[in-house]
Formats: sequence, C-alpha cells, structure tokens
Amino acid sequence: MTTEPEIYARLNEVFREVFDDPALEVGPGTTAADIPDWDSQSHIALIVATEMRFGIRFRTAELESLKNVSDFVALIQAKAAG
Amino acid sequence: MELLPWLPAHPDLRAAFAAARALPEPAARLAALAKLAGFRRDFLATDRMDRIIAACLAAPEVRGRLPQLGLTPLRVALLASHSVEHLVGGIRVAALDRRLALDIEVAPYGLYRQVLLEERSPLDAFRPQVVVLALDAWDAPLDVGLEASPDEVEAAVAGRLAELRQLWRRARERFGARIVQQTLIGGDPPVFGGFEGLIPGSPGALVDRLNRGIREAAREDGVLLLDLAWQVNQHRLEGWADPVRWHQAKQLVSPMLAPLYGDLLARVLAAATGLSRKCLVLDLDNTLWGGVVGDDGVEGILLGQGSATGEAFLAFQRHAALLARRGVILAICSKNDPAIAEAAFTSHAEMALRRSDIAAFVANWNDKASNLRDIARTLDIGLDSLVFVDDNPAEREIIRRELPEVAVPELPEDVAGYPACLANAGYFEAASFTPDDATRARSYAANAERRAALDQATDMAGYLAGLEMTLVAGPVGAAELPRVTQLINKTNQFNLTTRRYTEAEVERLAADPASLALRFRLLDRFGDNGLIGVILARPDPAWPADALLIDTWLMSCRVLGRGVEAASLGVLAAAAARRGATALIGEYRPTPRNALVRAHYADLGFTPLPAPAGAGTEASFWHYDIAIAQPPRHFMKVSAE
Repeated sequence: MTTEPEIYARLNEVFREVFDDPALEVGPGTTAADIPDWDSQSHIALIVATEMRFGIRFRTAELESLKNVSDFVALIQAKAAG
Repeated sequence: MELLPWLPAHPDLRAAFAAARALPEPAARLAALAKLAGFRRDFLATDRMDRIIAACLAAPEVRGRLPQLGLTPLRVALLASHSVEHLVGGIRVAALDRRLALDIEVAPYGLYRQVLLEERSPLDAFRPQVVVLALDAWDAPLDVGLEASPDEVEAAVAGRLAELRQLWRRARERFGARIVQQTLIGGDPPVFGGFEGLIPGSPGALVDRLNRGIREAAREDGVLLLDLAWQVNQHRLEGWADPVRWHQAKQLVSPMLAPLYGDLLARVLAAATGLSRKCLVLDLDNTLWGGVVGDDGVEGILLGQGSATGEAFLAFQRHAALLARRGVILAICSKNDPAIAEAAFTSHAEMALRRSDIAAFVANWNDKASNLRDIARTLDIGLDSLVFVDDNPAEREIIRRELPEVAVPELPEDVAGYPACLANAGYFEAASFTPDDATRARSYAANAERRAALDQATDMAGYLAGLEMTLVAGPVGAAELPRVTQLINKTNQFNLTTRRYTEAEVERLAADPASLALRFRLLDRFGDNGLIGVILARPDPAWPADALLIDTWLMSCRVLGRGVEAASLGVLAAAAARRGATALIGEYRPTPRNALVRAHYADLGFTPLPAPAGAGTEASFWHYDIAIAQPPRHFMKVSAE
C-alpha cells in the first residue's frame, strides 16, 4: 500500500516537473498562493500529470475539490485504497 | 499505446535536457534542443523544452539570424473555439524538429470571428503568415432539429461553410496568410445508435456532413487541412475530445496529447514551407520481405500469399509502392550482393515494388551511412530529405548518430505495423498533389539512367546533345497554376529569391499585362521531366520603367547541369522584349539552402549592380542588357507556346 510520505515524495516530483523547478518542496500546507506559476492552466497540467504518474483518473466532481497539495494527497490516497 | 512511437526513446532525456539548458550561447542551446525535439517525449518534457526554446528564439542574437542557423521563421496565429494555450509548447517543439522557428500568437479564446472581421484586430501588429482555425463540434452546433429534412440540413451546412469561407477570404486579404483549417471533433455522442448516420439532422451525421463540406471547400479554396477528424482514427489514444477536460477547461485536446497535436500541425506547416521529406530509403532483408535473400534464395524469401508474415511484408511493399505513385522517391540501401538483390525484384512473382519504382538501388557491403550519402548525391537531394527504414535497430542507431539529418523511425517489432507506423510519423505530409507528382518517381529513376549515359559519354557537350532535349516554355495558365504554386512554395535550393506565393497571387501576376509568368517543361529521350522551372518578372518602382525585375526564378534540381538556365534566359529575354523591356534585373537573396545559385546571374552573363535603397543588405542585384548580351550556349531545342 502506498503510504502518505511516499505519495508526497512522488507528488513532489510531479510538481517539480510541471513547474520546472528541481528545488521545489511541497508539503501539506502548500497552496496555489505559495507557487507563483500555479495558475488555471498549470493546474490542469498538474492534474493530468498526477493522473499520468499515479495511473489514476479523477472524476469531474473530484476536480472541483482539488485546491491545494493536501487535497491532491487525500484524493490520491482514497483512490489508491479504493 | 505510446505517444509519438516512431520517435526514438532517449536513454536519458533529463540529463541531456539539463546539459542543453546549461549551454551559455542561446544559438547552441537552441541547436541542442532541436536535437532533443526528435526524441520521444511526454507533455511535461515537451513543455519544459519549449520554455527554453521560446526564450532562445526571442534572444536578439538568435532572432536576427534564424536563416543562418538553418531555421525558417514563421508567424502562426491560433484562432480557436476552444482553449489551446496548453498546445503551444507541443506545436513549437515539433516545428523545431522540422527546422521551423515559430512565433505563435493565440487569439482570445472563442473570438475567432471578431479577430478576423472587426476593423481593428489584435493580430494586425503580429502579421501572421499562417492562420490556424481550430474549431470543434461543440462550438455553435447547427441549428436544425433531429427531424430536419435532407434539404434543410444541406441549407444549414451550406450557410456554415459560406461563413467559414468568408473568414478564410478575410484572413487572406487582411494578412496575406495561408489558412490551416481544422476538421471538427468532439460534440455529442450518437442518440440513434448505429442508425445515427441515416438521420441527416442527428448530431453525429451533422458533424460528418460538415467535415465533408470543410474538406471540399478547403480543396477548392487552396486551404490546408489539419484533419483531426481523420487523425483521431489513426492515432487511437485517450485524450481526444475528453469530456472531463472539456467541462473543466474547454480543452478539446488533452494536455497529454499536446506533443502529438503539435506534431500534426507542425507537419502541415512544414509541408506548406517545402520542408516535408522527399525520399524513402528501404532496407531489403526482413524489411521488404522475410528472410535473407542471399542465404534463402529468391524463391526462399517470405513474401506474398501463403503465409501471414509474407502477406504482411507484401502489404508494406504495397504501401511503399503507393507512396511512389504520389511522388515520394524510393531508394534501396541494403547490405547484399547487388545481383541477388536485383534478382528478387525482377524474378520474384509476388513483388509489389518493381525495379522501375526504385530511383537509386544501392546493394553492397559498405556502411549504410556512406551509402545514404551516395543516394542523396545521386538524387540531388539533401540528407534532410531522406527517411531511412530498416528493421535492424543497430543500423538505425548508427544512422542516427552518423547522419542526424536523416529521419530514422523506430519500427514496431511486427512488420504488420510498418505501414501504419510510417504513415503516422507524417514524414511525407503533402500540401498539394499534381499530375507531375505521380510521375516524379519515374523521372528520378530515369535520371539515374541519364547519369549512366553521362558516365559513358566522353565529353559533356556530346552527352547533352545526346539527350535530345526539348524545353517547352509558355505563360502560366490555369492548368499549370497548382504545380507552379507548388514549386514556388517548396523549391529551396535552385531558388534565387525564395519568395513564396499563393495560387491567387500567382494568378494575379500572370494576368498582369506588364508582367511575365513563365513555366518550363523539359523533355528528353528518356522521358518527360515535367514542369521543372518557373520565372516571374515584373516592373518594379526601384528600377527604370523599361527594365523587368526577375522576382522569382526557380528550377527543380532534377534537371541541374543540363543547360536549362541558359535556354530559359533566352525565352525570358525574348518575352521581355515583346513587353517593351530593354533590360532584365536579376536578384539573388541568399538563404542557408540556395548557395547553389549564388553565381547564377554571373554565369549567365549578367553584370553586378549596386543594390537600390531599402533592399536587404544581403541581396545582390544584376543587370542584363537584352539587346547586347547573349545567353550562354545550350544543347536543347526550345519550343515556345
């Protein structure tokens, strides 16, 4: 089973790829306000990249609740458990 | 299914990218990234590359020197009824892989009509050379009911098409731009099931009908097509018209598919600028047939009916043969005994490819890189025109390393997948098709025979005289317009000014009584070489009224070294004199690809002139006095129509 720290580690890689910033560190408290390039377009890139890297698909209703890093992690965890 | 499966996978794309990014010079960085653009990449890697590429292209030391860097600059405006910002990176990277340096402007989403029709457009300052109209089936569906009669549907479709053609016209008039129209995907799923197609007013039938109308109108109006409706069936991947992305962000194409979408558009742009590949070079053993002909004998190879594998090889041969019919030049490059290799062509009953389809047949034991260089030289085309298909991964790897200009597709393990792989890679994207294309392959093959005759001839004059050439010259008429326009837009080497014109512009010049639009066809004892030369000449305010400026002079490289230039000059001078001109002004505008004609005017007896004010600093100008000067001697009959 994927643990929360593992999800954070892999998700951090996704964020680094999407924002092209190898030094980026995201944690439970990270929100769009903390990452200047996190706009509506890169938000979709984040979602699609997360789906691609974790092999999951978010439902339309789930997308609306994805606002910050902890939302991503909670949803990935729920999907991995389901 | 993998994205861009024909591109080779890089062993360590991340490290190569980091190394490229660290290069201090923008031009070097751009060159390194152009190489990486030819590798398989997902949308994240593609977007990362694009950020660097866009910055390099904007750097002043690159921006002003694109032609010297071997890149063709092109301003492209994207006008879409859906959101396309996330596709820009995929487009620019794929274009760079085809040596196009794109400046891309995205018009505000959904405002494509306003941008083209309103008096002041945000695109006026950008001056796009290409306008891409990316529309979709969700955008303003036709207002007809499910119960609409066929006539009502036809009327609604005709109305929508008329509006579209109005937009095309407007984009042409306003910017002089070429148009790329996307066919429609997306829209609602069928409501009648399999019966959908029988109900003219059903959503599925309406989109089908509109796409058919778009294709017909595009053909009539000389508009290029980005046929997504067709491509989604060739590239069966998730992410085309995904309803989740549509509801979430009005994206018709998922970001995941951006590298592929970019490639599909880039190949249309490349075709329009004469950068499509021209020649397919094929290996023999286990590429065109199963087994090794040298070991198994001609009767022992697997080809044709009787085995599934043999049929699969035959299907690939048929695909190659059809490519030859549409004008792709075929060549063979095989490690084989030449006599045995040729015997397979002449004596195996099931061969779909004939020996006469092959313009250059190289079977020997030399390394393939040297052989590919020979093939390019024999055919008078650049290495960047070649596509090399070989089942052996080691040979593919060597060619990629030795000759990076040659396109070398990764092939599926199973030969049954070869035709689709080659087709999906889009190397030979066309922007037109004329009767001359259909005979071109044969003409290249005849050229090889001419070369053999040259080897036998003891002197050049004797050889040329022995060719029994006739140059047929005449004004550009309606029948020649498509081929003439095609030559104008794709000839790069023997092209003095590399000015590109649309069919409408050529037509206008041909109709102008003060100007000359001439086309030339060359016949010889080996056959008809087709329409091989174009000259456009016109009065120009920078020069005296009794002089004609040679705006465009181009020739197909297949007839190089035959004296066509001298004979053409005779025709031009006579026609200009009939227009009352006493002098011709030649102009040479250097590009990275036309060094071949640097001395063209000097060789023909023109004398150098100072450049007029306002001319490009690199252009040179030449003077030819029609009454006094004599064109050099040539060895052909001239027949003027």
